[in-house]
Amino acid sequence: MIYDQARYTEDETKHEPLLSEKDTSTVEISDTDSPLPEDLTRDDLTLPGLSEPELARHYTRLSQMNWSIDSGPYPLGSCTMKYNPKFTEDVAADPNAAIHPDRSAQSAQGNLGLLHGLQEYLATIGGMDAVTLQPPAGAAGEFTGILIAKAYHEHHGNDRSEVIIPASAHGTNFATAAMAGYDVVELPSDEGGRVDLEALKAAVSEETAALMLTNPNTVGLFERDIVEIAETVHDVGGLLYYDGANLNALLGRGRPGDMGFDIMHYNVHKTFATPHGGGGPGAGPVGVVDELAAFLPTPRVRETADGDYERFEPAQSIGKVHGFAGNWLVVVKAYAYIARLGDAGLSDASAKAVLNANYLAEQLEMDVPYGPFHHEFAATAGDRDAADVAKRMLDFGVHPPTTKWPEMVPEAMLTEPTEIESRRTLDTLAEAFNNAYSDTDEAIETAPSRTTAGRIDQVDAARNPRLSWQALDE
Amino acid sequence: MTDTDGSPFAPHTAEETAAMLDSVGVDTEADLFDIPDEVAFDGNFGIEPRSEQAIRGEMRRLFARNDDLTEFMGRGHYSHYVPSLVDHLSDRAEFLTSYTQYQPEITQGFLQALFEYQSMLVELTGLPVANCSMYDGATALAEAALLADRVRGTSGQTILVPELLREGKRSVLENYVDGAGLSVESYPMDDGNVDREALVDLAGEETVMIYAENPTVRGTIEEGLSEIGELATDTEALFCLGSDLVALSLLEEPASVGADVVVGEADVLGLPTSYGMGLGIFATSDRFLRQVPGRLVGVGSDVDDRRAYTLTLQTREQHIRKERATSNICTNQAWVALRAAIHIASLGPDGLVDLAEDCVRDAAVLAERVDDIEGYQAPIHDRYHFREFVIHTDQPAAAITADVEAEGYAIHAIDDHLIQICLTETTTHATDGLVDALQEAA
Repeated sequence: MIYDQARYTEDETKHEPLLSEKDTSTVEISDTDSPLPEDLTRDDLTLPGLSEPELARHYTRLSQMNWSIDSGPYPLGSCTMKYNPKFTEDVAADPNAAIHPDRSAQSAQGNLGLLHGLQEYLATIGGMDAVTLQPPAGAAGEFTGILIAKAYHEHHGNDRSEVIIPASAHGTNFATAAMAGYDVVELPSDEGGRVDLEALKAAVSEETAALMLTNPNTVGLFERDIVEIAETVHDVGGLLYYDGANLNALLGRGRPGDMGFDIMHYNVHKTFATPHGGGGPGAGPVGVVDELAAFLPTPRVRETADGDYERFEPAQSIGKVHGFAGNWLVVVKAYAYIARLGDAGLSDASAKAVLNANYLAEQLEMDVPYGPFHHEFAATAGDRDAADVAKRMLDFGVHPPTTKWPEMVPEAMLTEPTEIESRRTLDTLAEAFNNAYSDTDEAIETAPSRTTAGRIDQVDAARNPRLSWQALDE
Repeated sequence: MTDTDGSPFAPHTAEETAAMLDSVGVDTEADLFDIPDEVAFDGNFGIEPRSEQAIRGEMRRLFARNDDLTEFMGRGHYSHYVPSLVDHLSDRAEFLTSYTQYQPEITQGFLQALFEYQSMLVELTGLPVANCSMYDGATALAEAALLADRVRGTSGQTILVPELLREGKRSVLENYVDGAGLSVESYPMDDGNVDREALVDLAGEETVMIYAENPTVRGTIEEGLSEIGELATDTEALFCLGSDLVALSLLEEPASVGADVVVGEADVLGLPTSYGMGLGIFATSDRFLRQVPGRLVGVGSDVDDRRAYTLTLQTREQHIRKERATSNICTNQAWVALRAAIHIASLGPDGLVDLAEDCVRDAAVLAERVDDIEGYQAPIHDRYHFREFVIHTDQPAAAITADVEAEGYAIHAIDDHLIQICLTETTTHATDGLVDALQEAA
């Protein structure tokens, strides 16, 4: 396939002009009938003042200069870009659900019922005993989980200083542990790409607060030693944290709770198909085993004996991790998605996601180290630059995979097609990989040529940061 | 036809599945999984799949269990009318179903929209750097405290916050700063606003950051913000100001009162009431640029020397810097920022200032009407107010809110004899009914 992206080009210096280049209007507050004295107000406000038709056109043009999962394949590894069912948008837009978070419980039974229902769904899917829906993203879920671990250890008079994280883990794991005040102990991988059990045994100690683990890991390998890993961590009194980024590989086949994990987060914008919205919002609910339920953020929701729902504060709650109840619209969509799939659909989603990843890996001319894979794999561009190969793929009607990560695979192209792609689309995707990989140096180094912008000079953009239209005038 | 037993969003026919399994070299789907038996799961969650139509009905019935109340509620989560334009444009699938712009050449549209959002925040705050979103006002405040801790050279460890601060916001802040060894302390209020004399006594070399809000959580408009800015400068603390997009359109410009960081609620525009879902503002000065949490969109150029947008200064972020990142944030609220930007553009400067001025006028008018009712004193603070105000009630506040709720109105009880009412253009039509209900309840 060949893809030509829309380009609205104003002149040789730019494409679609900025709103501020279309209009700039200033309101002097002193010219208005201000109800406030002058010393309590700003002097003026300068912003674009455009009509509705002008704005409709501006944003429609911008949307046309943007790739999305509805445009074509988006196989970013560890991102789980699956189709976002349209009906979930309509469910979330129900005006009856558009209520304030401070509403009394008795007047908000519908919203509390939804929250309770999703808590239950997620608990059973993860094999956990109790769930909070408050964390507004995966990283916020990680942070919540590590705060729970910290509170648990402190509650038992047991200050610990370290969190162990495999080298191949998501960057958020390291940043999260550091934000919570822990020292990070980085764990090397073994030759097969999995946790090095001997290294783990050497790393754990009385200082180990938790091990953060993604399973399957970031090259798609299931940690087969998971029971022994869990025992190793538990033996020193540490907790096992599950990073849910790769949960799509396990739905219905294995549950983190059954593997010995004590705490996990769910990336509902990955596994449960809520739209990524160009970077967010997501949601990062956290599940825990019974022993940790008392530490969950407040409030949680429970069902009363007479079938009503009420909020309650867990006995040792860590408090709050979001000002209110998290990303409400996102959790509603996740509930609707899970309800649509049910048991059979959830298991089928992971089966097809894993099938698609393995099928696609088979079609590639690049080497794909390790295996067998689950939902994703890291192909290597070998002596070619993975970033260049990726840029060339942009011309072929597909989005490229995540590049140059994880670092254990040289020139990695971490690929996760998800279950939504048909064999025909996977063949198109494979062709894009193979054509880009085998293209000439010149072709890949100068790519892309059919996207709205040509290759962008990232170094210059960072060296000379211009972060607003005001900065362009300077 | 796809097989009917599985996910409706996986397109495989039985024949395709068989052919693909064959290509991979396994017999069954189960053979694809490398999960030891002892931890394998049988797939029985007990979740019954339903049709799209059935779920829509089920959810409609569930949400109908919410009482149909007219909400006069605020305290950090506000409802302004969101024009249809915002829904229709932001719901375009090219925006809604896109990912973070890791390949900028093919995502110029969203990047430009976020760049424009950042620029609008620069105008509203007067500060030159704004990121393209935090989760909400509470987490933005918490990130500001962590930034203050990183940039301040001295050994201080105290974050000073108003005594009257939304409880949830304070809890989030405490959770975020605990790992950095910081502590949160309150300074007293004077008739709803910052008690500046008390603050002077409290601030010192151990102070890392002074936080104030304008308007305050009780809706009062601050009157001496530049003194707080000067105090922060004198004590080498950062001055962090919390606000929201509508208030920023009218109230004193944060940069002009010496704010080093502006945080707060950007979701007041672009999002209807959504059970507390947010969009956090984060703006600061150039000198802290490399300490900013979250994503930044910058301008560069492409091979044809045309302007091009890209995520920039990414070495601050977790996917590169890992445990030395400025924050762990990855997924943010980009789509909500797009919606806020469209809403701002739709109002324009005239519409924004009008809206903000109405927030002052309408609150004053309603407060006066409530004050005229026997049994209420409103507002309790002798200040200008924005959107909301606090009322003293002779009857217990809980009884008042219950009575008013029975009449179809939701308001806040914030203390034994204090209630709080918030008013926007979405509820001005219902003020007569509210006043009647309050009269009945008095």
